[in-house]
Amino acid sequence: MKLELRGITKVFGSLVANDHIDLVVEPGEIHALLGENGAGKSTLMNVLYGFYDPDGGQILLDDQVVDFDGPGDAVRAGIGMVHQHFMLVPVFTVVESVALGYEPTGRGGILDLEEARRKVVEISERFGFDVDPDAYIENLPVGVQQRVEIIKALSRDAKVLILDEPTAVLTPQETDTLIGIMGELKAAGTSIVFITHKLREVRAIADRITVIRRGKVVGQASPDSTETELASMMVGRSVSLAVDKGPAQPGENGLVVSDLTVLHGGTMCVDRLSFEVKCGEILAIAGVQGNGQTELAEVILGLEEATAGSIKLDGKELRGMSVRDRLRVGIGFVPEDRSTDGVVSSFSIAENLILDIYDTEPFAKGLSMSPAKVAENAVKRTEEFDVRLTDIQDPLSTLSGGNAQKVVLAREMSRPLRLLVASQPTRGLDVGSIEFVHNRIVAERDRQTPVLIVSTELDEVLALADRVAVMYRGRIVGIIDAAEAGPGGISRDVLGLMMAGVPHEDAVAQAATHQSRLAEADAAADGKDLS
Amino acid sequence: MTQPTPGTPGPEKPVEDPDASRPGPPADAAPDDRSGSQVLRQIVGGDVAISFLAIVIALALGGVLIAIADEDVMASLGYVFNAPGDFFGAAWTAVSDAYVALFRGAIFDFRAEEFERQIRPITESLTFATPLILAALGIAVGFRAGLFNIGAQGQIIIGAIFAAYVGFAWDLPPVLHLFLAVLGGALGGALWGFIPGILKARTGANEVIVTIMLNWIAVYLVSYILASGPFNPSGTGQRSPQVGPNAEFPRLIPDFLVPGNTFRLHWGFVVAIAATIFVWWLLERSTIGFEIRASGANPHAARTAGMSVGRVTVLTLVIAGALAGLAATSQVLIDRGSLTAGVAASYGFDAITVALLGRSKPLGTLLAGLLFGALQAGGTLMQSITSTPIDIVLVVQSVIVLLIAAPPLVRAIFRLPDPDAPPRRAAATKEAAA
Repeated sequence: MKLELRGITKVFGSLVANDHIDLVVEPGEIHALLGENGAGKSTLMNVLYGFYDPDGGQILLDDQVVDFDGPGDAVRAGIGMVHQHFMLVPVFTVVESVALGYEPTGRGGILDLEEARRKVVEISERFGFDVDPDAYIENLPVGVQQRVEIIKALSRDAKVLILDEPTAVLTPQETDTLIGIMGELKAAGTSIVFITHKLREVRAIADRITVIRRGKVVGQASPDSTETELASMMVGRSVSLAVDKGPAQPGENGLVVSDLTVLHGGTMCVDRLSFEVKCGEILAIAGVQGNGQTELAEVILGLEEATAGSIKLDGKELRGMSVRDRLRVGIGFVPEDRSTDGVVSSFSIAENLILDIYDTEPFAKGLSMSPAKVAENAVKRTEEFDVRLTDIQDPLSTLSGGNAQKVVLAREMSRPLRLLVASQPTRGLDVGSIEFVHNRIVAERDRQTPVLIVSTELDEVLALADRVAVMYRGRIVGIIDAAEAGPGGISRDVLGLMMAGVPHEDAVAQAATHQSRLAEADAAADGKDLS
Repeated sequence: MTQPTPGTPGPEKPVEDPDASRPGPPADAAPDDRSGSQVLRQIVGGDVAISFLAIVIALALGGVLIAIADEDVMASLGYVFNAPGDFFGAAWTAVSDAYVALFRGAIFDFRAEEFERQIRPITESLTFATPLILAALGIAVGFRAGLFNIGAQGQIIIGAIFAAYVGFAWDLPPVLHLFLAVLGGALGGALWGFIPGILKARTGANEVIVTIMLNWIAVYLVSYILASGPFNPSGTGQRSPQVGPNAEFPRLIPDFLVPGNTFRLHWGFVVAIAATIFVWWLLERSTIGFEIRASGANPHAARTAGMSVGRVTVLTLVIAGALAGLAATSQVLIDRGSLTAGVAASYGFDAITVALLGRSKPLGTLLAGLLFGALQAGGTLMQSITSTPIDIVLVVQSVIVLLIAAPPLVRAIFRLPDPDAPPRRAAATKEAAA
């Protein structure tokens, strides 16, 4: 089915989220929609899926103008959407999940799941999905849950499939599988709209690329464009993707973690973990989300209690200290989930900038706080960290994600640090902000602060880390020193395999015999870059 | 407002061009235009407007009920198509009579002859408002910390027991006696707030359930105490001895201002004003308030920032209890005041409404308390000189609560813009419907 968007415009208040966007997706085409966070990609797709009424423009399916009044209409017209965060009920089976929404009934209005099961099995076999129809959603790995979402869309005869940031939650290997599936679907004639801000994937998968910036289409690109070309289209200026950093000058051991164990509701999240971070180096913890990294970061700050083991900072045991005491000792903490743990979004920007130092001089004398000093501090910090805002007294919720993250960083890096723990420091940020945040983190390292980064983004890990520790099921699979990894740096394939639990040596051996699709695309593009 | 949850389809945050100068979004709109509409939105769509409109709607609905309850109106309804004028005239008379009476009873009685009688209603309103304001301030502090403190009723009762005991059992010089009696009331309320606080902080017990249960314990405790020991020298078990003259709040309006006045209004009202100012300072200018507000708005972030949310919970409920205890002193430490089982009336529950209407802000709570005091005072006169029952006041109060709990309803009635990103809400509803 051919999908065409003509002059789609969507306005929220004074913000033009989509400005006369034209897009044509041919039948059986994988069309990548590339843009930074906040460029208007998701808004556009939500217009297409019937969530929003466009303020202007038309949607055409096979050259017929259609008008969707809600997602139900879009589904009936053959549009399927897989959201970034899956819309699945954890306690349902795969069959029940697929039936949810149209619930076929048999005689007497009793739910008849046979039809749904037949569809699951059929679609599963046709595309090699390998999904057990009776498995419960909560027991399935994220990659399989995503396939359930795809089956669900296909079972409603979707001819156009929208995938919103589908690789955000996958391991490199799962991403590979997804790329394979997308190829199969394409061969079967399904059109795919693939929303992403990851440049490498786009080049590996897409037939055509449309780049959106600030609500407007800025151009089309072909998959053999280089990453730099795509990035500069996306951001509107040329960006350097690599972090400009000198070699690490590691000193004494700063943070020493030994035999650390965290039990969380009976499951062992962190399992006898030992590592150290030296002053003046960045250790990155890589791994697929949910392998104990979150708990590790929280136990270092004291949000979570360790069951056994020790955490020493500058030789001093941290266990038993309150969160406040640990902050006072000099831990800077950038939480993984900014909006939940990092900021109070109804508080003003100025208040958020003193969220963990509000009771210290000069902001408070005794119980009495000084709004003037708070404001003064806010002006200084926001200038230093280039936070774009209208007024420091505006609620934090008025800031974009990147600027909110800069507020968190400005707060955490504005006091003398003995340790910086940053989880997902650039999640959801645009390319420009990522560059800025990375540079600040490297600057902190160069000030001889031990830095612990927890990230699920391989690009980030590779860009920042002096050493990489890969976590899998609460254990460290291996630690790789970037300096010893050779001229090409640490291999993505090796890290990817280690993230699935393969020990370092085996991973190196396997990676040598098997190149992932992404690596192939890289190699092709690198060749082009050279020529 | 919370951050949009991931996955909720919403308008994406405006992108900033890294090279564009501040302010950020949206660069292409004229700045004046933007700030103008922003201000308008805050005024029209903001909380104050909703509160005000809720009162207007509630009074209008009250008017409809007054008309329905009126016999003349119902009689004229029988021939409404023959003489619609009769019907509307009767309705107008009924409603206007009732509301004029309400005004005369609450603010200023222009039909009274002496000045003292004319301004008596407003002093009555302030007297009724005093315990409401104090207890509501306690509820408001709880709301700001994210705690639903239903226990003001019990806290008032326990505060009253303490205040009354100090008032009648001790014999102390002026000023000191009153001061200690007031302090006793605050301590009693604080104790009754501490219990749910520590239970929640230590065991995670739900403060709503614990405070409701403590209300009942307080109700039976006061009955028990009144029937025993020093509280029951007369043996009736109905009423404690009267508080000593030195423990009474002095009358606020002195004789030289309004000669020969018998106004009940006393210095407890000044305590309420002082408490309002204190709560403002506490919430907006103190480190404790910073912790209270942070814990209420986002306990996760508060914990990550090193605050002890448990400590804040205990502290908040102790402060809330102390304020409710102060409310009790305005009922007990008065001329011929004593402890009775009904000392708290329904102030503890009305206070929740007052705090809601006041948006949990100190000034808002003060104003809402004054309004409810006025309704209370005015309702009494309205009942006595028109056929309108005082229950209409209860209806008006209840409708206000309902409307405040559902701001979208008020916005829909007056077609106001939603200040928080209307498309998101629309999308969420659509999604739910799909």
